[in-house]
Amino acid sequence: MSVKVIKEGLLSSVQDLGRFGFAGWGVPQSGVMDRYSAKMANLLVGNEEFEAVMELTLLGPILEFQEEVLIVVVGIEAQATLNGQKIELLKPFLVDKGDQLHIQQITQGVRAYIAISGGFKTKEFLKSRSQYYPITSYAGLQKGETLPFDLQSEDLPQNFAGIKYDIKRYVSKVLEVYKGPEWDRLSNELQIQLQIQMLTISKNNSRMAYQIDEQFPNSLEGMLSQPVLPGTVQLTPDGSLIILMRDAQTTGGYPRIFQLTEESIQILSQKKQGDKVEFKCIY
Amino acid sequence: MEVDQLTFKTLGERAILISWEEIIEKDILKEILQCKKIIQENYIKSNVEVNNTYNSLLINYGLGIENTYDEISVLKKLLLNINFDQKMKVNTYILPVCYEEEFALDLEEICQDKDLSSEEFIKLHTSSIYTLYFIGFLPGFLYLGGLPKTLQIPRKKTPRLHVKKGAVGIGEKQTGIYPQNSAGGWQLIGNCPLTLFDSSQTSPSPFLPGDEVRFKSISKNEHQETLRQVEMGAYKIENIKG
Repeated sequence: MSVKVIKEGLLSSVQDLGRFGFAGWGVPQSGVMDRYSAKMANLLVGNEEFEAVMELTLLGPILEFQEEVLIVVVGIEAQATLNGQKIELLKPFLVDKGDQLHIQQITQGVRAYIAISGGFKTKEFLKSRSQYYPITSYAGLQKGETLPFDLQSEDLPQNFAGIKYDIKRYVSKVLEVYKGPEWDRLSNELQIQLQIQMLTISKNNSRMAYQIDEQFPNSLEGMLSQPVLPGTVQLTPDGSLIILMRDAQTTGGYPRIFQLTEESIQILSQKKQGDKVEFKCIY
Repeated sequence: MEVDQLTFKTLGERAILISWEEIIEKDILKEILQCKKIIQENYIKSNVEVNNTYNSLLINYGLGIENTYDEISVLKKLLLNINFDQKMKVNTYILPVCYEEEFALDLEEICQDKDLSSEEFIKLHTSSIYTLYFIGFLPGFLYLGGLPKTLQIPRKKTPRLHVKKGAVGIGEKQTGIYPQNSAGGWQLIGNCPLTLFDSSQTSPSPFLPGDEVRFKSISKNEHQETLRQVEMGAYKIENIKG
C-alpha cells in the first residue's frame, strides 16, 4: 500500500517525533516542527501520536493514493482539493484508489500535516522516519517516489468528534522562554531590551533555525562549543539572534541566552518572514 | 573537582546542564565522562540522552519528564560520591590520511606561514595522539584535541561552501574530519578515505568521547585502494583496545 508523490511541493517531508538518544553522535533531533498540529492529525485518524506524518511547507504536494485509506489534513488554514473538489481541514475522509490530493497553499501559518490511518512506514534511520539529510538520503519528498503505509483498520475512529484543535494559540506573538545558561553575561540594559523589543522574523528561517531581523549590539566574547537543543536562542557577538529549531546542530559556540518552551517552538514554527514575536521570560 | 563546585542549570523544561570550568583540558573531559557514565547507568537508556562538550554535560529528558526542577537534586545526590581517580578504558584508533596536494588544499599556505616543510608538517600531525572530546557540528564530526602548538592556526575567514567527505582539517587547537560533503571553515590538510559515520547502522560510528586517535600518512594509491576496500566493506579500522 502506498502513496505516490506526483509533485513534491516547496518542502514536504515525512516526520515523526524525531531522533532521541543520538545527540552524542552529533545527530539532530529533527521531527515535526509543530508537534501540536501533527499530534492532532494522528489522533484524528486513530493513530498513536508517534506515527510518522507528512509535513508540508507553504506550497503543498500533489499525492496520488494507490489504495483506499482514511486521511486528514491539519493546519491553521489551507486550500486543498481532492480530485479538484475542495476539502476541509481537520475532517478525516476516505480516499479511493487513484484519488489525487492537492494542497495548493497554506494560507495561514507555514506548516500543515497529513496523517494517514496506520501512519507512513518509510524506512527508519536511527530509530526514526524523520527526513534529515544526511541521516536520510534526502531532506524531503522526491517527485515520483512512493511512500508505503500500513492499513490499520477500515473503520473510522470512534471519538474524533471530541478532539478539539485550538488555533487561537497560533495568533499569539508571545514566545515564552526560560533564561539561558549565558543570560548572566548580558548587560542589564540588554536583558531588558531583549524582553520588551518586538522582533521580526527574518527571511532566514528553516527547519534548522529562525533568525531575527533586529540586531542587538553586545560585548559578548566567543566561547567554547556547548550543547544546544531545539528552542535554544543564541546571540552572536555581531548582534544576531538565532533561534534553533528541530533540525539544529547538537552543539554551538554562541552564548545561549534563552530557551523556548516546547509550546513556543510550536508557535514559532507557524511564523513566517515579517511576522512579529516577542520574548516573555517565565523563569 | 568536587560535585559542589560544578554548576547545575536547567535548559528549558526538559534538560539539565552541568558545567565545569570553561577550558579545554583532558582532566576535565575525564571527569565529565565519568559523570556521564554514572548517569547513563542510573537512568533507563531510552529515557535520557546525555551529551557532552569540552566542559559541559547536557542531560535531556525528552518527552519523559514534565519539569526538571526536582531532578537537579537527584543528579547531585547521584554524583556526590563519585571517585574521579578511577582509570577509564579508551580505544586508540589509527586513521589513514593522504596529505597529497589534491586533498591538502591549505597545506602549502600553512607551511609557508609556519616556515615548515610539508614533510615536517605531516610528521608533526601524525606523531601526536589526539583525544576525542565530543562529536558535534555534523553527524559524526569528531572534535579532536591535542594539535601540536606549532600547527595551531585560526579557521578560514570565509568558510568553503563545499568540503569533501573525508577532508581532514585543522582549526584553532583542534583537528577533525568531515564525515560527509558539507560546508566548512577549517583549514584543509588531507583526506581520510574511511566512512566514519553510517546512519543505516544502529551504532552509526565506532568512536566515543574519550577515545584516542592517531593518523598515519598514506599515498594517493593507498588512499584509492582503501576507498575500494571501504566500499566493499572489507576495511577494518585499526584499533588498539584499552
